[in-house]
Amino acid sequence: MNLDLVALQKVTDDLNSDRSTPRAATTLRRRGSPLADTGEQLRVLASAPLQRQGQPVEFEMLTQGALTPSELEIFQINVGKLCNMTCRHCHVDAGPDRSDAFMSDEIVDHVIAAIERTRAHTVDITGGAPELHPRFRDLVNAAAAAGKHVMDRCNLTILLLPRNYGLIDWLAERNVEVVGSLPHYRRPNTDAQRGQGVFDRSIEAMRMLNAAGYGRGNPKRRLTLVSNPAGAFLGASQATAEREWRQSLEREYGVTFDRLFVLNNMPISRFLEWLVESGNFETYMQKLVQAFNPAAIAGLMCRNTLSVGWDGRLYDCDFNQMLDLEIALPEGPHISRFDEGRWHARSIVTARHCFGCTAGAGSSCGGQTA
Amino acid sequence: MPGYYDSQHLVDFSKIAEGQPELGRKFFEYYTTVFADGALSAREKSLIALAVAHAVQCPYCIDAYTQDCQQKGADFEQMTEALHVAVAIRGGASLVHGMQMREQVRKLGM
Repeated sequence: MNLDLVALQKVTDDLNSDRSTPRAATTLRRRGSPLADTGEQLRVLASAPLQRQGQPVEFEMLTQGALTPSELEIFQINVGKLCNMTCRHCHVDAGPDRSDAFMSDEIVDHVIAAIERTRAHTVDITGGAPELHPRFRDLVNAAAAAGKHVMDRCNLTILLLPRNYGLIDWLAERNVEVVGSLPHYRRPNTDAQRGQGVFDRSIEAMRMLNAAGYGRGNPKRRLTLVSNPAGAFLGASQATAEREWRQSLEREYGVTFDRLFVLNNMPISRFLEWLVESGNFETYMQKLVQAFNPAAIAGLMCRNTLSVGWDGRLYDCDFNQMLDLEIALPEGPHISRFDEGRWHARSIVTARHCFGCTAGAGSSCGGQTA
Repeated sequence: MPGYYDSQHLVDFSKIAEGQPELGRKFFEYYTTVFADGALSAREKSLIALAVAHAVQCPYCIDAYTQDCQQKGADFEQMTEALHVAVAIRGGASLVHGMQMREQVRKLGM
């Protein structure tokens, strides 16, 4: 047994003994769902009759050709699909049983070498719950040492697990931005999507973050919240929602945050399954098409982000990663062969799920884009 | 006429302007301005619209503002409370007319 497997076993043991985190669903993979196969997801997406002004339409027709990169700003690492939670809308199909998708030591070392070379100013670490990875702290330290701004895509409840006591102070010492998922500022929609009791545990985590100086206007202790709709509709206006969230969370629970990102749900993975089973799939796809907003394109994350998967494969964004749509680079899509100069010359890979990012006010890892 | 209500009417609502384009344009422009963020947020206005939709019992408006309220970030509990405001006013409006009945009873009775 090599070190990877020992470390992985410790993580899965911790998750198996965790009785405190509520879970809303089980993974597609555990259930052997046909949608666990990305080819099947793409087939379902392709089956929707999409129309605009009475004519059949595809994403590439509305963007008038392939999307092109701007500057590489965000180096995003997905360390794997292990998570203490199983939210109903998860685009990763993450969960406590996903030990099949977990970044090895070898890939972590390649990633660290690439972080030291990249011109991107931000390193964005996601998962699953990235804090579960035994080398999460190595990645943060490497990025901080290279002078990068570091973002931890955090599900909030992970901060309450005994294995993570002290983590908030550790992140604070390194000025890591905590990007916490909270679908809604009130309990019902949050718990419907993430599991009964998740809202209260998220508020508890926010209190701990506030106590460590997060979410109080200090740019070195930034707490960003990420909201996404609990259903088959688009995200609310980010600026208005931020005001309302701020007032309500402070009044009702005495917790504060620095900024709010509002995202749309992408029609992939467990959210796609929910759309199909609830009979909302075709109308949701049509809603995304109707809401296509050309002004949202310039700020799309695929134009300024490199997405690295747990196995070292490269993608234009985390959603393409979850559909196995690899980046179009001549050296092949792998971190061990990454040539940043070539990144700028490529075309971005798109498909129908991309309508999710161009709908309404736009949607990307950095919030709304238009 | 095959039927009185059709969900396609909502989708095609803007075509009502064909009969009188200038009035149609003015109405829809006014309508859009009414629902923009102002002293009240777009979410609060959408909740008011949902309550009024139930008071005037317009199925088109109920459909439209149920979707709009959710999209503006309102949840089921807030939407139900808004609905009860309409219910309270409708019920209260009936009940307060009872004051006329009461006065008449007092006047005519012994």
